[in-house]
Amino acid sequence: MQKPETKRSMLSTVVPSIRSLTKRGLAGWLIILGAILVTGVVLMTALSPWISPHNPSTINIGLPLQSPSDSFPLGTDDLGRDMLSRIISGGSIMLQVSILSVIVCLIIGVPLGLFSSYAGGVIDKTFCLIMDSVYAFPGLVLAIAIAAMLGTGVVNMALSIAVVYVPSYFRVIRSQVLSIKEMSYVEAANAAGARNHTILSQYILPNVFPSIVVVATVNFADAILTAAGLTFIGLGVTIDIPDWGYDLTNGRRLLASGSWWVITFPGIMIILLALGFTLMGEGLSELLNPRLEQ
Amino acid sequence: MTLRSYVISRILLTIPMVFILLTMVFAIIRVLPGDPVLLHFEKVENPQAIEEMRRRLGLDKPIWAQYFDYVVGLFRGDLGKSMQDYSPVAEQIFSAFPATFELAIFAMIIAVLIGIISGVEASKAYNKPQDHVIRVFGIVTYAIPVFFLGMILQMIFAVQLHWLPVGGRTYPTMEPAGLVIPLSPPPWGFATHFLLSSIPGLVIFAICFGVTRVRHRRFTRKIVLVSLAALLFVWILWAFAGWHYISIGELRIATGMYTADSILEANLVKFVQASRYMLLPSLTLGLVLSGVFLRLTRSNMFETLRLDFVTAARARGLRESTVTYGYALRNAFLPILTMMGLQFATLLGGAVLTETTFSWPGLGRYLVDRINFRDYTAIQGAIVVFGIFVAIVSLVVDLLYAYLDPRIRL
Repeated sequence: MQKPETKRSMLSTVVPSIRSLTKRGLAGWLIILGAILVTGVVLMTALSPWISPHNPSTINIGLPLQSPSDSFPLGTDDLGRDMLSRIISGGSIMLQVSILSVIVCLIIGVPLGLFSSYAGGVIDKTFCLIMDSVYAFPGLVLAIAIAAMLGTGVVNMALSIAVVYVPSYFRVIRSQVLSIKEMSYVEAANAAGARNHTILSQYILPNVFPSIVVVATVNFADAILTAAGLTFIGLGVTIDIPDWGYDLTNGRRLLASGSWWVITFPGIMIILLALGFTLMGEGLSELLNPRLEQ
Repeated sequence: MTLRSYVISRILLTIPMVFILLTMVFAIIRVLPGDPVLLHFEKVENPQAIEEMRRRLGLDKPIWAQYFDYVVGLFRGDLGKSMQDYSPVAEQIFSAFPATFELAIFAMIIAVLIGIISGVEASKAYNKPQDHVIRVFGIVTYAIPVFFLGMILQMIFAVQLHWLPVGGRTYPTMEPAGLVIPLSPPPWGFATHFLLSSIPGLVIFAICFGVTRVRHRRFTRKIVLVSLAALLFVWILWAFAGWHYISIGELRIATGMYTADSILEANLVKFVQASRYMLLPSLTLGLVLSGVFLRLTRSNMFETLRLDFVTAARARGLRESTVTYGYALRNAFLPILTMMGLQFATLLGGAVLTETTFSWPGLGRYLVDRINFRDYTAIQGAIVVFGIFVAIVSLVVDLLYAYLDPRIRL
C-alpha cells in the first residue's frame, strides 16, 4: 500500500501465476485445489450434453429406483431417470443463480460501501444501521421471505440471495476504506487537490480490490448453499431442468425406501462445488491478508 | 462507561434495529411487487372472495394505515390473522416456538462442544496429521448443505440401523395437549422423586459456579453460600411443588420444550424419549455450526498455548487436560460467547431446513408449511418472530459479554 497501483498490477495481486502459487505453501495449494474443483464442475456442466450417457430428463416408467448398476452407474430416481446424467447436467441452475447473485451483490454492495464510508457522518451511520439490521437477520429466512414474494425462477432466486449478502460486502469494504482513508498517501492526494472520485477510484479501490475478491469467492459458497436451501423449501426453479437441489428434495421422499443413491450423489456434488469456492476463499484470504499469516 | 450506561445504550440501540427489521419485513410482504391476496388465490378468478379477504385482513386500507395497524398490532402481541382460516397467527406461532427454541439450544450446545474439543485438539497437534484432519472437517462443515447432512444421518441411524426415530418430536401418545401436561404418577415413590429433583438445582448451582469462576476467578465464602442457598431453594421447590402437581394429575405450567418439561416433571422415561427425538436434528445443526467454533478455538488456543502462564502451569506439574481446558481455554471463552451470539442467526436459518428435514414441528416448519399454503400473513408473522428472536438473543449475549468482560465497561 505504498503507492497508488494501476489497474494492471491490481489484477496481478489477486491472480498470481500457478507456478508462484505452488511456492506459497498451504494457501497456494488450497487455491489450486479449489480452482480445480470449481473448474471441474463448471466444465462438466458445460459439456453435459456431450458427456451424459443418457438424456437426464428421459422418464423410464419400467425402471424406477434402480440401484447403481452397469447400465445406470449411479442408479435411477423414482421416475427411472438416470442419476449419472442428472448429476452431470444438474449444476447449471446452481451456477447460474450463484454467479448472478454475486454479480448483483458486487454491483450494489461495493459502491454502497465505498460511498458510505467515504461520505461518513449521518449518511454512513444510517447505512450502517440498515446494513447491520439486514446482516443480523437469519439470512436464509430473509431469502425465503423475498423468494416467496417474488416467485420462483433463476433471477428471483438470485435476487433474494443477493439481498441477504449485500451487507457482507458493505461491511468488509467499509472497514477497509476506513483504514485506507487514514493512510498518508491518501492524505497527500487530498492535499494535492485530487477530486473525491479520483481518490476513490485510483487510490482506494485498488487497495480494497483484494478484499472484494475474497468476499466474493467465499460468498459463492454461501450463495450455492442458500440456493440449495431455497430449492429444498420448494422455492427453487420449478421447470423441468435437472438440478442437484431438486434431486435432493425429491430424494427426501424416497429415503424410507432405502434408495440412498438419489440423495447421496447430488449432495456430494453440491459439497464439492461449495468446497471449491470455500477452499479458494481460504487460500486467497490467507495470501492477501498478510496480517493473518503466522 | 459504566455497566449501567452501557446496558441502557445497548438496549436503546436495539429499538431502531428492530424497527428497521419490522419495516423491512413489511416492505417485502406488502410493498414488493406481488399482491399477497392475489398471490394467495393464484388462478381463482373470484373478485368477491378476494375483496372479502382484503376486507377481513385489513388489506383494503391505504398502505400507511396497514403499516400503522401492523406496528400497533405487534406491540399488542397481535401478528394478524391467517389467510387460511382467519385464526390468529400469534397463537400458532406461540405453540410452535418452544420446539424451535429447544432445538436451537441443543444445537448450540453441541456445536460449541464439538467445536471447542476439536479446536483444542487441533491446536495441540498444530500442523500434525490430526490437525489437518480436524481442519478438513471444519472446512467441510462450511460447504455441506445442512439438510443433506440431516438426510444422511436419517438414512444411517433411522432408516438403516433403526436406532433413532426418523423425525417428529415425540410419540403421538406422548404429545401434550396445549400447555397442559397430563401427569401420571412415576413408577417410583417420593424418595426417588426427591433425589431426581436435585438435578435442576445442581444445574443452576453449576452455572453460578461457572460464572463466578470466569468473572471473579476465586470463590469467596459469600458466593459459595449464595450458590448453595439457590441450590437448596430450587431443590425443595422442585421436589414438593413437582410432587404436588403429580398428585393433582396435571401440570398447567409447561415450557413446551419437551426435554425441559420432562425434567420439570422429573419423568425420566419421557426425558429419554424426548432426547431420542432430539438427538438427530440437534446433531445435524450442531455439526454444521461447529466449524466456526472449531476455527475460533483453534486460532485462539494456538496463541494462548504458547504464553508464559501456560508454560508455568505445566512447569508446576498440572495435568495436560487441566492446563488446556482449565487454564488456556478460559482465554477463548469471551470470543466464543460473542461468536455464539453472531452465529445464532445462522443457526435459525439452518433450523428452518433441519425442521423440514426431520418434520420437527417448530417455527421453521410452520414457515415452510405456510409458504406451501401461500398464507402470506402467517409468513410475515413467522419472519417477524424470527427477527425479534435474533435481536433479543444478540442483546442478551452482548449484555452478558459486558457483564463478564470488565474491559467493555472502561
